[in-house]
Amino acid sequence: MLDLQGYGWLLLQGLQMTVLVGLCAMFVAILFGLLGAWGKFSHSKLANWAADTYTTVVRGVPELILLLLVYYGVPKLIQDGAAALGYELRLDLNPFVAGFMTIGFIYGAFCTEVLRGAFLSVPRGQMEAARAIGMSKTLAFRRVQLPLAMRMALPGLGNVWMVLIKATALISLIQLDELMRNAKLAATATREPFTFYFIASLLFLAITLVSMLVLKRAEAWSKRGVRV
Amino acid sequence: MNWELIGESLPKLLAGAGVTVQLTLFSLAIGLLLAVPLALARLSHNPLLKYPTAGFVFYFRGTPLLVQLFLIYYGSGQFRDVLSDMGLWTYFRNAWFCAVLTLTLNTAAYTAEIFRGAIQAVPRGEIEAGKAFGMSGWLLFRRVTLPKAFRIALPAYGNEVVFLLQATSLVSAITVIDLTGAADLIRSKTFAVYEMYLTAAVLYLIMTYGLVYAFRLLEKRLNAYQHRSA
Repeated sequence: MLDLQGYGWLLLQGLQMTVLVGLCAMFVAILFGLLGAWGKFSHSKLANWAADTYTTVVRGVPELILLLLVYYGVPKLIQDGAAALGYELRLDLNPFVAGFMTIGFIYGAFCTEVLRGAFLSVPRGQMEAARAIGMSKTLAFRRVQLPLAMRMALPGLGNVWMVLIKATALISLIQLDELMRNAKLAATATREPFTFYFIASLLFLAITLVSMLVLKRAEAWSKRGVRV
Repeated sequence: MNWELIGESLPKLLAGAGVTVQLTLFSLAIGLLLAVPLALARLSHNPLLKYPTAGFVFYFRGTPLLVQLFLIYYGSGQFRDVLSDMGLWTYFRNAWFCAVLTLTLNTAAYTAEIFRGAIQAVPRGEIEAGKAFGMSGWLLFRRVTLPKAFRIALPAYGNEVVFLLQATSLVSAITVIDLTGAADLIRSKTFAVYEMYLTAAVLYLIMTYGLVYAFRLLEKRLNAYQHRSA
């Protein structure tokens, strides 16, 4: 039988961290996605331009470059700013926060496109009906437009999640103790890299499988009011 | 911003970008050659072809590329004796070879899935028309199904090419000096964080949107018959 030499727990802890950082990143991504979709629909030229630039640039640059830029760049930016004001400052970003913020920021661009499509596919009549009943714009948005759009967005957001959770493996490169980095620690200590990276890959596969099942049920649940 | 430093490092960054392009092209070409037979095996009714390819595609699409790279580059060390006996160790010791191997398998899995969908989406009528002309088997596939499937697959395949280009940045984690690797190397020596990563980002942007543009042209050309007025 497979001998993990006592490193099994480390992998499970890593798995837990991966799921946690993935969920935080997904939350941030949906926030950025809503913001981006709002920017694309806005009548303000500036907001349109900002949202277009956001999706264009983020989708054209590798995640790793953006991650390194945030992890090394933001502390330096703050340090340089403090130095300009005459303060001496030494600052390091927490890899957990830097990781989920960056991954969230990147996948926010993908969520933007998903949510934009979802809002476009909500029939006009729904909003008109809500307004006719006397709901205010914000109330109608919250009660009618947002829930309907979310139902349309669910499959797309599910796809974003599947890609996002795999992208969290990159955060190991900035030393967060998630699944990939713990697998590396175990691989180095035991000199059995194949064994541990293979187990790590199977754990990622398990996350993908569970996510697929959950999403399938969530989609069925979200469509419970739809006649076929 | 230290523009002088950017100017000085530009040759090294461009050399890195060359490696990025090289890795992308090699993996794409071999991956594409593998993808068509894989898609056909996936669609076949023979369980000996169908299930292993389904497993391969599921594994490479369901796990992070970084894990795959580490598994092949560092993981092969565990089988050093066996690989040496087979005379393969010189290849697996080479990071560039492992990078191309991993990227190829990865893109082959994604592309196979794209082609599977496209082959299934070829309109029945066109295949029936081909049969009515007396074509069958390989001839029918080569002349009717494959060209049509390729046109259907093109937009999705274009996305995959862009993803692969960006995914090559991970090879810097297994010591290949591509664009990201070159930027990271100079950053670690000079502490020029924004200069290096922003320049690399701009170079990636240029390559990405160059590719997007090229695929748009190709799509227009291949689908030209659809735009002629009736």
